Amino acid sequence: MTTVLDPTGERQVAERALLDRPSSIEGKVVGLLDITKPRGDVFLDHLEQGLRRRGAADVVRFAKPTYTKPAPVDLRHEISTKCDLVIEALAD
Amino acid sequence: MTERPPLPDGFVAVVKQDCPTCQLVEPVLVQLADAAELVAVVTQDDPSFPDLSTASSAPERTFDDDLAISYLWDIETVPTLLRIEDGEEVERIVGWDRQQWQDLTGLPDLGPDLPDWRPGCGSLSVDPMRADELAGRFSASGLRSRRVEFAELEDDFEAMWDRGWSDGLPLVPPTEGRVARMLAGTTRAPDEVVAVVPPDLVECTVEKVAVNAVMAGCLPEHLPVVLSALEAACTREFNMHGLLATTFFSGPILIVNGPIRQRIGMNSGVNALGQGNRANSTIGRALQLVVRNVGGGLPGGVDRATLGSPGKLGFCFAEDEEGSPFTPLSVDRGLEPGVDAVTLFAGHGPTSIIDQKSREPESLVRSFAAVLRTNAHPKLPLKIDAVLVISPEHGRIFREAGWGREQLMARLGELLLLDSDELVQGAGGIAEGIPEAFAGMQLPKFREGGLLVCHAGGGAGLFSAVLGGWVNGEEGSDPVTVPIGT
Repeated sequence: MTTVLDPTGERQVAERALLDRPSSIEGKVVGLLDITKPRGDVFLDHLEQGLRRRGAADVVRFAKPTYTKPAPVDLRHEISTKCDLVIEALAD
Repeated sequence: MTERPPLPDGFVAVVKQDCPTCQLVEPVLVQLADAAELVAVVTQDDPSFPDLSTASSAPERTFDDDLAISYLWDIETVPTLLRIEDGEEVERIVGWDRQQWQDLTGLPDLGPDLPDWRPGCGSLSVDPMRADELAGRFSASGLRSRRVEFAELEDDFEAMWDRGWSDGLPLVPPTEGRVARMLAGTTRAPDEVVAVVPPDLVECTVEKVAVNAVMAGCLPEHLPVVLSALEAACTREFNMHGLLATTFFSGPILIVNGPIRQRIGMNSGVNALGQGNRANSTIGRALQLVVRNVGGGLPGGVDRATLGSPGKLGFCFAEDEEGSPFTPLSVDRGLEPGVDAVTLFAGHGPTSIIDQKSREPESLVRSFAAVLRTNAHPKLPLKIDAVLVISPEHGRIFREAGWGREQLMARLGELLLLDSDELVQGAGGIAEGIPEAFAGMQLPKFREGGLLVCHAGGGAGLFSAVLGGWVNGEEGSDPVTVPIGT
């Protein structure tokens, strides 16, 4: 029988329950996070129009400084304080 | 370290039956027991030895079958006679020397029939067949990683694959003994945090790096390179997170400079970028295994490479500084000459440059520029760095003409100034390119510092190589050069 040392980070992953899905976007503030890949803005422009047509109270646009790095903490905080919902857009 | 098993105050003898000198001193031990001086006997191989049945006192007997006492009290020779006070050793003698034994114990006429002097034998705890296992067992007990026991019927190698630890190739099982030996390769404490490893942003200790280095096949002397490479990889500048997550080909490439190259047997010569050298093959692999296992970066998970590249198994080589006409890469990047260093470059490759006709630098540098212009795409300037690896036969052409690094870089800079009209979207019938707004100017192919040059390879072959990079700068990755620690 061989005993070895665990090579992993041995993380205890925090389980977080998903929020309830809103039944409607009526009156909600929706954030759109552009990860800044080429033409992601084109897609988001269409999405913004659609959201407004469907009664979103407001659509707020955000962008990551670069698609290659995780969104900065401040940006994530700003989104969470300003929006009821957020859609993160991936291009490619 | 494991705590030492306690020994009682007084004289303690450590012996093994398989030692002629221990057998010789058996009557002396009886004499010491008769005088009530001998409080304990520790036997390594035969609990019935020595026979003290005729003695008038009965010292404590310990069978040290797991050699814990012998190892942790640093017994190198048997017999060893220890004098213990308040649980601590105050004196010891080894082998048989009547005068020494009499001086230490204060008893006259010890072993009157014995010769005056006989050397002892090696303790079982320093037996080369067992020393590694013991070192592993006792120093590893301070290691904090979870212990994973494979079942009796599990094949060790299959078990590691099944647990998802492998990059697709077999791994060396990271047993306590192997990890403890690996840790002997660094002066850093096992619990020291080396870096926060993406994508899961896990604090990674020296111990976890050692575990993965064992699995990768590293030797202990390779560990300092792995540790420094991990520190460099996990900087904001290098951006290991993005490099892992990208759909692009690249992975971390490690280029090693300084005397450590020879000390740990790295290859900067024949097949330098290829297989067959243990240090080259395992150091880069160890870094990638840390990202996989500690950071949680799995292909198909956060690693979204469209095609990837074989170098993502591990891509590490040394620069041939001695044969180079140029200053070493690490010196060009700001470190002192002679300092052990590793440069991390986010890249892949190699792409070939064949030039078997040029005998003058001006012709050869034009060949280099012609291929470098195509780096990533002939119409994309500035965004992608590259490493130019110049081989000895190409290097010789520069040396013989008296060209150093500065002259080479200056000329490459001139030749790689591109007419932006050829680069804009649609030019040449190719949609890819830069925005129309940049038309009518000259643009350099590489940003300042975006072309790294080093020297490596075998002595025959008029070939050099380009290692293409990933998107550079704040948007992607900057090369990082760090000194290699201990």
